[in-house]
Amino acid sequence: MQETSRRQIHAKAVSIAVATGAYALSFGAISVSTGLDVWQTQALSLLMFTGASQFAFVGIVGAGGGLVAAVLTAWLLGARNSMYAVGLSPILDLRGVRRLIGAQATIDESTAMALAHPEPRESSRYAFWMTGLWIYVLWNLGTLIGALSAEAIGDPSVLGLDAATAAALLALLWPRLKDRQMWAVALAAAGVAVVLTPVLQPGLPVLAAALVALAAGTLSGRRRTT
Amino acid sequence: MWIAVLAGSLGCYLEKLLGYLLPPAMLENPTTRRVFGLMPVALLAALVAVQTFASGTSLTLDARVAGLAVAIVALLLRAPFLAVVILAGVTAAGLRALGWAS
Repeated sequence: MQETSRRQIHAKAVSIAVATGAYALSFGAISVSTGLDVWQTQALSLLMFTGASQFAFVGIVGAGGGLVAAVLTAWLLGARNSMYAVGLSPILDLRGVRRLIGAQATIDESTAMALAHPEPRESSRYAFWMTGLWIYVLWNLGTLIGALSAEAIGDPSVLGLDAATAAALLALLWPRLKDRQMWAVALAAAGVAVVLTPVLQPGLPVLAAALVALAAGTLSGRRRTT
Repeated sequence: MWIAVLAGSLGCYLEKLLGYLLPPAMLENPTTRRVFGLMPVALLAALVAVQTFASGTSLTLDARVAGLAVAIVALLLRAPFLAVVILAGVTAAGLRALGWAS
């Protein structure tokens, strides 16, 4: 592999990590404002380390949705990482301890970077590891700074952090709305959640909306095969 | 809370690891792939809706809606993530400070 392409990949990985470090600032602040302490907030970034699940977890806790619903929603959102791992497995060919570490680094950005540099295989691996490691460092640093700042400020409702949480989740959703099916599923899921809000305990309407994905994924396949 | 944090984290880690351990055939059926691809879209959209309109078990229109509208405009203008989040927060906080919305 040439030195330049390695340097280019590294630069790209760092710039992606800086951007995600900025998400982490808002995650840290939002998490503390919903009632988690700084340690619990940091534990989510160190151990869960998958942004959408983390935002969902603290969002549901903050809305009074109950811890079981928060955990289940985080798991459902994290399920896509299994798919990423399946795709990356033959490229990375991880064994032993490297597999245990590589698993934690398997997130949206590292997967996208690995798949964006398919040739040679070595640059794909390099892209995966550099993106994963840099994001891990800056994601956790950003979380800590955000959490400590929010703690220092005190009353979070003044800052409109409830609206900020909605905006953060929307910004995570936005790049996924690539085609008509995605839009249809998003609107249907949002509609289901809103309609069920008055009749179910907080947290459950979001889980019910997962059925929209299940139904759409199953039905669209059946239509295609007939 | 700690139990939920640790259980949530452990589950999310095992999901990642599982993809490396399971035989690929188990997850490669096209329906599974589609459902996995649509799941984050459905959940994030539902979370946005609830986070914007729900207060406990009632539906309300308050400063969060204005915050979300500003966020949508910012996203359409390709603003960076942090700017989107801050603009939405500042909008809601500003309307509340002015007493124009709850």
